[in-house]
Amino acid sequence: MSAADGGGKSAPRVVLVDDHGLFRSGVRAELGRQVEVVGEADDVAPAIELIGRELPDVVLLDVHLPGGGGHAVITEVKKEHPEVRFLALSASDAPEDVIAVIRAGARGYVTKTISTAELADAIRRVAGGDAVFSHRLAGFVLDAFATAPAAADVRPSFDPELDQLTTREREVLRLIAQGYTYKEVARELFISVKTVESHVSSVLRKLQLSSRHQLTRWAAERRLT
Amino acid sequence: MQQEPSEPPWSPFRFQDQPERRRRHHHRHRYPWRDDPGWQDRPEGDARPDWGSRFRRRGHGDGNPLRRDPEDRIAGGVAAGIGTWRGFSPITVRIACVVAALVTQGWGVPLYFIGWLVIPVRGSTTSIAAKARHDSQGVALAVGLASLLAVFLLLAGVLNDGSIQVYCWPQVVSVACLTLIWRNAPEDEKAGMRHLVAPLESLGGGGDNVRRGTKLRFVVSAVLLIAGIGVLVGLHAGLTLLAPLGGFLLVVAAIVVLLGPWWLRIARDLLFERQARARAEERADMAARVHDSVLQTLALIQRSADDPQTVVQLARAQERELRSWLFEGRAPGDTEVTSFAEGIKEIQRDVEARHGTPVEVVTVGDCPLDEHLSALLAAAREATVNAAKWSGASVISLFAEVEPDKVEVAVRDRGSGFDLYSVPADRKGVAESIRGRMLRHGGKATVQSTLGEGTKVTLTMARGLAPAGPAAADGRRR
Repeated sequence: MSAADGGGKSAPRVVLVDDHGLFRSGVRAELGRQVEVVGEADDVAPAIELIGRELPDVVLLDVHLPGGGGHAVITEVKKEHPEVRFLALSASDAPEDVIAVIRAGARGYVTKTISTAELADAIRRVAGGDAVFSHRLAGFVLDAFATAPAAADVRPSFDPELDQLTTREREVLRLIAQGYTYKEVARELFISVKTVESHVSSVLRKLQLSSRHQLTRWAAERRLT
Repeated sequence: MQQEPSEPPWSPFRFQDQPERRRRHHHRHRYPWRDDPGWQDRPEGDARPDWGSRFRRRGHGDGNPLRRDPEDRIAGGVAAGIGTWRGFSPITVRIACVVAALVTQGWGVPLYFIGWLVIPVRGSTTSIAAKARHDSQGVALAVGLASLLAVFLLLAGVLNDGSIQVYCWPQVVSVACLTLIWRNAPEDEKAGMRHLVAPLESLGGGGDNVRRGTKLRFVVSAVLLIAGIGVLVGLHAGLTLLAPLGGFLLVVAAIVVLLGPWWLRIARDLLFERQARARAEERADMAARVHDSVLQTLALIQRSADDPQTVVQLARAQERELRSWLFEGRAPGDTEVTSFAEGIKEIQRDVEARHGTPVEVVTVGDCPLDEHLSALLAAAREATVNAAKWSGASVISLFAEVEPDKVEVAVRDRGSGFDLYSVPADRKGVAESIRGRMLRHGGKATVQSTLGEGTKVTLTMARGLAPAGPAAADGRRR
C-alpha cells in the first residue's frame, strides 16, 4: 500500500477493457512506456478470462460494455481475485453507471477526456491501493451525500457513519471537484498528501458500503430528469 | 454491489465430540458424491445421490456454517444446505422434509420458507430476511396476501368442514414468506425460481409445451370441477344451507385454473408490445438526433482538420450538446434557463463557444433562480470570461454548490495568475464589477491569485435573502 508515492516502482501491469478498438489502441500508444499493457479485451466474458489469466495490477475498465457493463466484470473477477484493482473509465458520466462500478468495487473513476499524464498517474495511484476520483465523480459524491435525507430515504446502515461525509472529507471533495490535484488539495488545507489520500479512500469506502437508499435513487433520478 | 464475505454472522456449528473426524474430512472434496460420473447431467429435479457414497458422508458436516446451496436446489436449496452442513445426502433431507410436512399437518412447509428467508445463500453473509426487513412495500404485500388467504380459508371453513383446512392454514405463513422471498431474492435465485415455475407458466401456451400444459390444466380443472360438483350435489340436501357455496367456490377455482394463465398472458403480451413500440420510437428518435448533430459535426471536423482550435471547439460543442441531451433530456437549442445549475451550464456553453477554452463544470445540487442568484451567475460569468481571456490556461474549472443555506461558486484556472496589488486598470474594473455586484446582493467575492500558478475566484451568496422568492423553498432538484 505504500508504493503509491514511490515513483521508482516498476511500471504497473495493466489490462485494457473497452469495446472501442480505436480507444484501446489510442490509450495503449499514449501510455507507452509508463505502464505495461499486458492485454486487451473488448467484452465482459473475454475480459474476465483475460484478467484471471494475467492477474494485472490494474484493470482499466470501460463503464459501458456490450455484455453487461463494467460492473459485471468487477463483480465476477472479485469473486476469484479480490486483489485485482479496477480503474473505471467512462465517456458517459451517467451517474448511475458510475455509481454502479464504484459500488461493485472499482478503486476510482476518470473520464475519457483525461490527459495521458493524469491517466498514468491515476493508474499508478490505483496500483498503489489509493482511490482516484475525477472532478466529476467528486461532484457526484457531494451531490449524493449532500441533502439531509428525508426520513423515508434513510435505510439504516449497520454503521450510520457510512451514511454521511465528515466536514473534512467534504472539503477535500470540493477541492477535487474544482480540479485540484491531491498535492494542491494538501497545500490548500494544510495537510499531507497521505492524509488527502486517506480521506479519499474513506469516501470511496462509504460510497461502496453505505446502504443509503438515497444513493441509488439519486443516481436514477439524475438519469431521468 | 456484492462485498466479499467478511465474517459469517454466526460461527459454524460443530460437533464437539468429533474433532478429529471433522479435520480429516475438512480437506476432502466438499461434495464427494459429485465425483460420481453423470451426476451433473441429471436434471435438477430428480438428482439421485450415489447410494454407495451416502454412507461415507453421513453424520459429519463439512464444518462450514449453515448456508443454502445455490447449485443443488429444488426450491431454495435449504435441504441441500442442511445436508451439506450436517453431512447428509440432500435427498435424505428432502424426504425428511416432506415427511415432516405431512406429519406436522403442513406446518413444515412455512418452516421451510422461513429457512429460505433466514439462511444466507452460500458465498453470502446476508440473508434474504435482512433485505426484506427494509422492503416495507413487500412486507405490506406479504401481509395483504396472507390475510387474503386467511379470509378465504375462514370463508371456506364456514362453508364446509373439510379436513384439508388443517393443511391450508400454515400456508398463510408460506404465502407471506414466499412473497418476501420473491421480492428480495437476488437475481440468480429469482431466475432459479422462474425456472421452477416454468412448467406452470407454460400452461398458458407458447412453445412446444402447449399441448402438455393444456392437458395438465384440463386434468386439474376437471378434478376441481368434479370435486365441486360432488360437493354441490352431495351436500345440497345436507344440513347447511351454505355448503353449496363451498362447491361453487371450487367451480370458480376450476375456471380460474383453466383460464387464468391465458388472461395473464394476454396482459403480459400487451405490456411487451407497448414496451417494444416505445423502444422502436426511441431508437428512431436517437438515429435522427445522431444524424442531425453528431454526423454533421464529424463532417465539419473533417473539413477543418488543419485547424486544431476549430476542431477542439466543434468537438466540445458537440460533446456538450450530446451530454445535455443524453443525460439531462434537453433538446439541442433549448436554452431556457430556469435553475441555477442550468445557468452555470449556460456560462460553460457561451464561454467555450466564444473563447474556445474548455470549461470543466461540476455542479452539486440545484435550486430555482431568483434575482440574487442571477447576480451571482452574472458575476460567475464575468470571472469565467476573465479566466478564458487573460489566464492563458488550457482549461477552466467552474464549480457550483447549492447548500441549504448558501450557494457557492468557484472559478479556477491554472494560468498565469496576477499580482493583486498591481493589476492593470481594465482588469481592476472587472474585478470590481464582480465584487461590487456580489456585495450589492449581500454576497461575498474573494480573489486569490499567484503569479505563474493561477487564479481562483470564490463567490458566496446566502440563500433566502430579502425578497423571499421561490428560491427559499428547497434545494432538491425538480
